[in-house]
Amino acid sequence: MDRFSWSNGLLEINETLVIQQRGVRLYDGDDKAKLDVGVVLLSTHRLIWRDIKNHECCISMPLSQIIFFEEQAAGIGKSAKIVIHLHPPLVNKEPGPYQHSKYSYIKLSFKEHGQIEFYRRLTEEMTQKRWENTPVSQPISTGTGYFTTYVLLSSVSMQGGRTRAVGIVGIERKIEEKRKETDKNISEAFEDLSKLMVKAKEMVEVSRSIANKIKDKQGDITEDETIRFKSYLLSMGIANPVTRETHGSGTHYHMQLAKQLGDMLQAPLEERGGMMALTEVYCLVNRARGMELLSPEDLVNACKMFESLKLPLRLRVFDSGVMVVQLQSHSEEEMIASALDNVSEKGSLTAEEFAKLLGLSVLLSKERLLLAEKMGHLCRDDSVEGLRFYPNLF
Amino acid sequence: MSFEWPWQYNFPPFFTLQPNVDTRQKQLAAWCSLALSYCRHHKLYTLDVMEAQESPVFNNKKIERKLSMEAIQVVFEELRKKGNLEWLDKNKSRCLVMWRRPEEWGKLIYQWVSKNGMVNSVFTLYELSSGDDTEGEEFHGLEEWMLMRSLQALQTEGKAEIITMDDGKGVKFF
Repeated sequence: MDRFSWSNGLLEINETLVIQQRGVRLYDGDDKAKLDVGVVLLSTHRLIWRDIKNHECCISMPLSQIIFFEEQAAGIGKSAKIVIHLHPPLVNKEPGPYQHSKYSYIKLSFKEHGQIEFYRRLTEEMTQKRWENTPVSQPISTGTGYFTTYVLLSSVSMQGGRTRAVGIVGIERKIEEKRKETDKNISEAFEDLSKLMVKAKEMVEVSRSIANKIKDKQGDITEDETIRFKSYLLSMGIANPVTRETHGSGTHYHMQLAKQLGDMLQAPLEERGGMMALTEVYCLVNRARGMELLSPEDLVNACKMFESLKLPLRLRVFDSGVMVVQLQSHSEEEMIASALDNVSEKGSLTAEEFAKLLGLSVLLSKERLLLAEKMGHLCRDDSVEGLRFYPNLF
Repeated sequence: MSFEWPWQYNFPPFFTLQPNVDTRQKQLAAWCSLALSYCRHHKLYTLDVMEAQESPVFNNKKIERKLSMEAIQVVFEELRKKGNLEWLDKNKSRCLVMWRRPEEWGKLIYQWVSKNGMVNSVFTLYELSSGDDTEGEEFHGLEEWMLMRSLQALQTEGKAEIITMDDGKGVKFF
């Protein structure tokens, strides 16, 4: 970073702008520079960086300083970077934000992408070396002597600072260094996590836009592919989860939540024969929501709103206390009739067999059988082999 | 003549007490009729609850089902309510089964008496239950306590009078 010097941000007469990219953070070697995110500009002669808010804060470095550069791919919570290796600082360099640095390379971290194009243009400039053909008017070096001395002095002091630590002080210093290292790692780790949270929202946005595109049938995607992709999306998440933050607390929150549940549960319910245990709903909803998890209590409260909101879903509590969400259209008579039909067809059924037959959970199929028994359509055989239901022949 | 089991006997749910009230009522009715007809077929007058559990009535080995102790008690209680059963002890472990109520027995006996023109004659109890004349009649072999009950029923109707004789009891029909 010590190769940079303060600049007014204006281009010289022979200099032309090649490319500029927003959202770039500078790294002094592996350390984050004490500068904020800004715009990086590539001209035919220089690499210029300007603070995004404070335009007075602008630094630059001649391209001739660059030895070579390489790409560093993005990772989880990490933006893509370009690592630029540099020659030692010029002796007559003007002052910059860093007086000296232990690194001989800097990194440009691209928060808002654009690194591919930037890398390409930089490669072009570095091969063409246009700064050699049309030299800009030499910067007036003021106080050269002073800086030379300073650089010399600083290099001496740096060597002095690297004295080998011996004895207890050395050990203590080492421990201290280690602690700092761990400290850094931990804070980095948490930084990644919070970045992930931010990214999750973006992901949801992206998936929603894709879903919309598919809906409009842009491009030629077959029906089959559409369905498959939709199912991925469905299992991935809902577009914008209703949260306490967005909808406050209490009744209003639950109402909004109930509406959303109504939308998202329709399809899975139809798939599962019109009824799902509340626990199953809970898992499905929270998987879909991803980050903004629901508490069981909120879910129950929201489900209780179904009726007053005139949604096509109902929360139903069986005699045994088992709670289910069912479609309103899902009538009891039909359910009993189907249970009776199935049992009659097979002669007799256990809850497990019935569950397998309908693709329901065992709990729910048992509730159905019990309901049919309660209505007098079935009777039971409770033996060592388990509970079995027969058509009521009595 | 072998005993003919009702269809319910081979229906596994028959051996589980049904929780549904309506279903249970029908089930119990079926059990009562089965128990009574079985006793009638085998001319059983007393039953022991413990033994009953092992008897073929309540234990169907073919379908491997048997009625639980509690369920048997429920069936017996139902029979008692209908007047077909009387407990012999407080623990409800033994009982008298009356697959025909005393009045019905009395009627049968009286019919036989009048059919044979023996009204106004005297019989010993032994003659009625084990005599040669009554052979082939349904009340032949009736246990003494049951016979006594039947005659007592007739007596209250005024159709018979029980008299005490030297070597036991006798009865005179009117």
